[in-house]
Amino acid sequence: MFYREAGDFKTSYVDDGQTFPIRFDRYRYYAVLAVAFVVVPFIVGDYLANAILLPFLIYAIAAIGLNILTGYCGQVSLGTGGFMAVGAYACYKLMTAFPEVSMFIHVILAGGVTALVGVLFGLPSLRIKGFYLAVATLAAQFFLVWLFNRVPWFYNYSASGQISAPERTVFGIAVTGPNTEAWATYLFCLIFCLGTGLVARNLTRGTLGRTWMAIRDMDIAAEIIGVNPLRAKLTAFAVSSFFVGISGALFFAVYLGAVEVGEVFGIQKSFLVLFMIIIGGLGSMFGSFAGAAFLVLLPVVLKLVGVNVLGFPTDIVAHLQLIIVGSLIVVFLILEPHGIAQLWNVTREKLRLWPFPH
Amino acid sequence: MKLNLASLVAGAVMTVAAPALADLTIPALNYRTGPYAPSGIPYADGFSDYMTLINERDGGVGGEMINVLECETAYNTEKGVECYEQTKGEGALVYIPQSTGITYQLIPKASADEIPIWSVAYGRTSAVNGKVFEWVFNLPVTYWDGASVAVKYAMEQEGGSLEGKKIALLYHNSAYGKEPIRTLEKLSEKHGFELVLLPVDHPGQEQKSQWLQIRRERPDYTFMWGWGVMNQVAIQEAANIRYPMDKFIGVWWSGSEADVVPVGEGADGYKSLTFHGAGTDFPALQQIKEQVIDAGKGAGDGTKWGEVGYNKGVYTAAVVTEAIRHAQEMSGTAAINPKQFRDAMESLEVTEEEFDALGLGGFAPAIRLSCEQHSSPRLAAVQQWSAGDETWTLLTDYMEPDFEIVDPLIIEDSMAYADENGITPRCE
Repeated sequence: MFYREAGDFKTSYVDDGQTFPIRFDRYRYYAVLAVAFVVVPFIVGDYLANAILLPFLIYAIAAIGLNILTGYCGQVSLGTGGFMAVGAYACYKLMTAFPEVSMFIHVILAGGVTALVGVLFGLPSLRIKGFYLAVATLAAQFFLVWLFNRVPWFYNYSASGQISAPERTVFGIAVTGPNTEAWATYLFCLIFCLGTGLVARNLTRGTLGRTWMAIRDMDIAAEIIGVNPLRAKLTAFAVSSFFVGISGALFFAVYLGAVEVGEVFGIQKSFLVLFMIIIGGLGSMFGSFAGAAFLVLLPVVLKLVGVNVLGFPTDIVAHLQLIIVGSLIVVFLILEPHGIAQLWNVTREKLRLWPFPH
Repeated sequence: MKLNLASLVAGAVMTVAAPALADLTIPALNYRTGPYAPSGIPYADGFSDYMTLINERDGGVGGEMINVLECETAYNTEKGVECYEQTKGEGALVYIPQSTGITYQLIPKASADEIPIWSVAYGRTSAVNGKVFEWVFNLPVTYWDGASVAVKYAMEQEGGSLEGKKIALLYHNSAYGKEPIRTLEKLSEKHGFELVLLPVDHPGQEQKSQWLQIRRERPDYTFMWGWGVMNQVAIQEAANIRYPMDKFIGVWWSGSEADVVPVGEGADGYKSLTFHGAGTDFPALQQIKEQVIDAGKGAGDGTKWGEVGYNKGVYTAAVVTEAIRHAQEMSGTAAINPKQFRDAMESLEVTEEEFDALGLGGFAPAIRLSCEQHSSPRLAAVQQWSAGDETWTLLTDYMEPDFEIVDPLIIEDSMAYADENGITPRCE
């Protein structure tokens, strides 16, 4: 019905090895891209952009970043919030120091700075593993937040200790600051999201990705067959931090506009992104998107349904939200430990055969 | 999943795209959950209950009902932004962000959307300069004024000089808590006292090391810029180390029943700043009790009635309704828009007699705003907690801050903001 695979032959290795080898999947992917790039920018309003789409896209980038480190390379990290803060502050310093430069370059450079910091904090991973590494990255989280609170140079000596994004442009169109159009910020984030998605997908199925997965599955065996653990782990930290840094920069500059490090990039942000990849699916690109969508959209939908449709008091809805999201996480982890991505895979395999299963 | 996502988004859009434009809509960015709920609930109840009273008793303002649109932020800036985006399309007249962090977030956004913001004695102090901050109001008093008044009070207590004394500032490590630091630094230069800064991280439950430091440093006075659970914990810790309570002075956000009652006897004598009266001895509050709470129309369970936080909500709501009335007179229409509300705020005058007529005689000092001055009256008093009869009593009159110190700082900071954002000062 949905999948008509008869006649879908591959005659080259390139065809066979592409991201979406099944024609229907590929067309659906193109359709989603077309809708996202051509249709949504024309209909997007402030609310849709600022409450749903921007957080979804930005968290998706962060989830891809963490998924590379935790899902593909097996290094548990609780420092995501801290690394996002590095991206945000790097972006802020660059934006204020070089106002005439395009935001694209600032965001990418902010990712680069975060990659360096990530490598630095990744060094202990060569010696310590598992829970102990998690604690080491937790130290990074607290240290970085403390640093940005403590050293006034990072926030340009502002009285409140906050950083706020001045207006910056891409090709003459404002993407940061108060006078932005919803479509501009949305497209800006979408381009980054697509870009990081493509890069991450292609990295993970190349040599680098295979060395990461080898380290994840059994580091000693990987070393014996010739994988250099130093290189594999540090590249994972670098690439992961690069993406997380980009998401932090976008989170600050495009989405929020003003940031207070302790509140926005605190430990709860690290956990949120970790939950996203656990619920979405460890080691899965689709899982990163699905997890981000689940944890960004669900609270908003519950709130809209509870407050606007059912008319409950706001505090009851806020409490219900916690209960429902929490219990859904538990239910998900019991019923499908490999996350939404696995759920989707199972469904897809069934759909491929439907309506005539063997 | 992609299809699911699309349908969820579509559903969400449909539910928010049905604005009720009829009434005077005022979004309330409340927080009844999270670590700041003890401070957020009384205010939210007071604000909503006063508006209910106006609707029930007077049929709204000028014949237009007031629609308080509650949105839960949990004192979180991301949720605050979502609330702002969600409610701004519904004809919001004014935003009262209830958080310094959210205020900072909304100042540029609301200025671009041309919706006024009233940060009620929190938020960006330099917003007092109406020449730069066209859409932002910070009345009746600011943090820098508060810091100055607290120092002035301490100086009076010490017989006119703080030379060689030590003052500790225990503050919430956020934009909110950091606000008074610059003023206190200037004042310490002027009056020769030593300033000790003690930041407390969000959410504020962990303060052992800060109080250890207070024990070691033995400051003559301790000022507190705290919020939510941080207040209760600080006062408990102060009681534990037997810090003299009458030397412990909180800002107006660190002085309500929720902060002192849990500490019991130990909190006796704790002081805080305030910009409005305490207690329930005002006709308007009695009417709220009779016509709203006892009639079962209260926003909360009614237990917060008359608390300091509740009275702050009543104060805010009373001034908002006065501004609406003024805007209706100025524009000649009952259904005013945000622009008209802003114009009215800018020429708002609430005299003591008018407060009296509202049933809030002696509740707060008179207000008079202008294009240049987006804050008035900029006065604060000191109140003290008595644990025995569980009441706050005003100790002093409303005191003026040291304008010589505060005003140049305001000009400096607001002009820096104007330069950064390319704003040309107005009101010339």
